[in-house]
Amino acid sequence: MQLTNRSKQVSNKEMTLAERAYLPAIATGLAITIKHFFSKKVTIQYPEVKRYLGPVFRGRHILKRDAEGRERCTACGLCAVACPAEAISMVAAERVKGEENLYREEKYAAVYEVNMLRCIFCGLCEEACPKQAVYLRHDEFVPVFTERDQVIWGKDLLVEDMNNRYTREAWTKEEARALDAKRASGEVTNVVPRAIP
Amino acid sequence: MDLVEFLVKTVTIVAVFGLTLLIAMYSTWAERKVAGFIQDRSGPNRAGWGGLLQPLADAGKMFFKEDFIPALANKWLFIAGPSLAMLTALLASAVIPFGSTFRIAGHEVALQGVESNIGILYVFGVVALGVYGIMVGGWASNNKFSLLGAIRAASQNISYEVAMGLSLIAILMMSSSLSLGEIVAQQHGMNWNIFYQPLGFIIFITCSFAECNRVPFDLPECETELVGGYHTEYGSMKLGFYLFAEYINMFISSAIISVLYFGGYNYPGMDFVYAQLVKSFGPDLGHNIATLIGTAVFFGKALFFVFFYMWVRWTIPRFRYDQLMNLGWKKLIPLAIFNIIITGAAVLFLKPVITAWLN
Repeated sequence: MQLTNRSKQVSNKEMTLAERAYLPAIATGLAITIKHFFSKKVTIQYPEVKRYLGPVFRGRHILKRDAEGRERCTACGLCAVACPAEAISMVAAERVKGEENLYREEKYAAVYEVNMLRCIFCGLCEEACPKQAVYLRHDEFVPVFTERDQVIWGKDLLVEDMNNRYTREAWTKEEARALDAKRASGEVTNVVPRAIP
Repeated sequence: MDLVEFLVKTVTIVAVFGLTLLIAMYSTWAERKVAGFIQDRSGPNRAGWGGLLQPLADAGKMFFKEDFIPALANKWLFIAGPSLAMLTALLASAVIPFGSTFRIAGHEVALQGVESNIGILYVFGVVALGVYGIMVGGWASNNKFSLLGAIRAASQNISYEVAMGLSLIAILMMSSSLSLGEIVAQQHGMNWNIFYQPLGFIIFITCSFAECNRVPFDLPECETELVGGYHTEYGSMKLGFYLFAEYINMFISSAIISVLYFGGYNYPGMDFVYAQLVKSFGPDLGHNIATLIGTAVFFGKALFFVFFYMWVRWTIPRFRYDQLMNLGWKKLIPLAIFNIIITGAAVLFLKPVITAWLN
């Protein structure tokens, strides 16, 4: 049975003089390596240039606002229930009169905390959310923390900034490349430069 | 010996010493850079511009690691091992002619630590002593793997020294001098020995790979078979000295190769350049500039061979031990003897004919 067409018949024949002299083979090898010496390097210089990880990458959390800038979260607690690492905790509060432009539902999360040491970035909170409020960003990581008080992220870090909204525009590599081209021409500014393989 | 001459010699020797260390230091950087480039990576590029501070960072790390001596090791010999390796590696650079002469206030200063009429013998003597650094260190570690590695290294070095010496004899038959300065001076212009001794050159360079313990002959430090070879028990700067000595050896042997086979500081058209420089800058300054150009050419050749060592390292896999011994004893030594016979015949019969024809 032939599995691949790359298989070679093994032979036990005597080596020729040129093969036994090593030098032609060594010269061939040297030619190959020097070709690689001058070829393009595949390295992506990581902290400066980031690789595009695809639209489904699960990075840091974000609490979305709706089109009018109201927080979508209604503090139902389904994300906290879904969380296998028990990283999410929240305190619910009732919306009072005059806050209709701040919160979309009548109940909202007064406190919403994600413990980034516990979080395993599985994305189950995203799936559990009935209000499409919590997402894991595909373009940003949780930065490295060095102090314990940097571990628990509150609403100040999680809630979306209306001036720099999170959108998942590029779903394919081609779209990501087009977005980078747009950024290079100055049309959009909210895209981080990244290498798209 | 008067004071001026003494001072001049001191300065030359310190300069040669410092230059050797500097080049060896940046060889470690170049090695990693070349390795990266050949493997489609970019190599170290974080410490300084293009990673140029990497050797300093490595040395700093080495110095700050624990200087450990095993309890049952022979303490004095354990320290003597890396010291000997460094000492012998550095000694050899004394007789290498880096250029012709400088004219300073009527004095002719040779760009060479010591002009000795047995220069190449001295190099061979010192290189042969290099085995002791490995052997002493390996034995003093009181570790079976170290000892085995050391024995392998010693037997490899001794085997390849034979073929190396034999390939050199052909050169000596042509130059009829043991002085390195004399051998270089005879290769004036483009009259390089490589054109007369291609076979000798291949044997010599193969043997120098083995002498420097470089791939494909780096069996002494063959990790898969011997843990870490003769420096299994070594750490900190003592290990650093062993590794550093390898790079010094590499530069020295590259310099020797370029002196013996590639005409050292000679390059085609050097007489024309010399005449032009003397005409435009006067006999003293013109001579000095011509010497500097020659020295640059010499370093270009030597550094190319350092690059060649690295190039080969990242191309060829390691030989098996029996293959190594077969190559050394059964192939290189007979070939070297054959080369001597051919050279002898050529010197005896062909040379008079060619000389007569040229005249």
